[in-house]
Amino acid sequence: MSQQLVFIVFQDNDNARYLADAIMADNPHAEMQHQPAMIRIQADKRLVINRETMEEELGRDWDVQEMLIDVISIGGNVDEDDDHFILEWK
Amino acid sequence: MSIEIKTDSVEPIRQTYSHIARRFGEKPATRYQEASYDLEAKVNFHYRPQWDSRYELNDERRTAIRMEDWYVVSDPRQFYYGAYVGNRAKMQEAAETSYSFCDKRNLLARLPEETQTQILRLMVPLRHVELGANMNNSKIAGDATATTVSQMHIYQAMDRLGIGQYLSRIALMVDGTTGKALDESKGYWMDDELWQPMRKLVEDSLVVDDWFELTLLQNVLLDGLMYPLVYHRMDAWFAEQGAEDISMLTEFMRDWQKESLRWINAMMKAVAGESDANRDLLQQWIDHWEPRAYDALKPIAEASTGLDALDEVRAELNTRLKKFGLQSTGVSA
Repeated sequence: MSQQLVFIVFQDNDNARYLADAIMADNPHAEMQHQPAMIRIQADKRLVINRETMEEELGRDWDVQEMLIDVISIGGNVDEDDDHFILEWK
Repeated sequence: MSIEIKTDSVEPIRQTYSHIARRFGEKPATRYQEASYDLEAKVNFHYRPQWDSRYELNDERRTAIRMEDWYVVSDPRQFYYGAYVGNRAKMQEAAETSYSFCDKRNLLARLPEETQTQILRLMVPLRHVELGANMNNSKIAGDATATTVSQMHIYQAMDRLGIGQYLSRIALMVDGTTGKALDESKGYWMDDELWQPMRKLVEDSLVVDDWFELTLLQNVLLDGLMYPLVYHRMDAWFAEQGAEDISMLTEFMRDWQKESLRWINAMMKAVAGESDANRDLLQQWIDHWEPRAYDALKPIAEASTGLDALDEVRAELNTRLKKFGLQSTGVSA
């Protein structure tokens, strides 16, 4: 069976670059693709976005829901709470 | 006929300014990076400034601290002008709500006269300390070379001016905007024995020449003792006397101090960690200034929270300093 890819796509802007850096730090197995005006990050089975990592990158408090402003599309089942946003296929 | 839709991407020739690319690589830079790094002129100065002809403009020798690259000291909050102003506008909005609530309900004027006097004697005179902090941080912003360092200090200077204004407004609420309470509180600052060691320390700090010594004295040592003492310990002490309402008006100071600790700690870590020579020099300055800051706060602690509170605060500062491989002399072990 082929890989089960989860992915998230952001607009390529100043906010999302921090997000992309935070995601790549937490998910070494993920792959980042720069497309025109978007950043697509995909990984096998699971992607985690941690509030803590993001706050460190940004240097301020960050609400997981702030991310949605820059999201274009996602693929995977979502598990979200105050501290993280997880995409995976179950 | 079939239509094929395809995307074409155009690579920009440059992702960012050349001087930012040299430092961080050719990739999209953050606004903080573009607004903060390698901005000041470094070479080809024709004349030395008349106000201090010992040095060139933007001369790194204005402090005895030596850094290979001052830009390793950067702001963990990533404040450039826009981000800073946006953040403070939000904080100020919250503070304004508290101030107008207190004003509308006349909460301060309802306090017993004795408590009002204590607020005017023990807290409001700190606005003069805040003005000193404003001037000191402005001087540092003028003398520091790297823009990351000078911008943190000029924001700090503006914050201190704002805090001074909040303290003044507390006095204006007590006296019903007549200004009488401000005069009374300035009288304590000028003549009350209680404030004279602090007044001397603030005046002495205004003529400290080495800008890093000054930021150590002002932002690390004096604030490191004063803010926890006044806005936490003394705040609790006021609450015990039924003056909890004052806490609403000083919440800005607590939030602000918690936030500013982050860049101050990051700066100390970078500078003390650079070399043993830096650390030795910092330790010498601490040995000189920390006991003075302690002594300046002693009468204020004795008149309010008691000396134990100040000693606890001092131990907390020592714990912070230890993280940078430094220590305050007054605390054993």
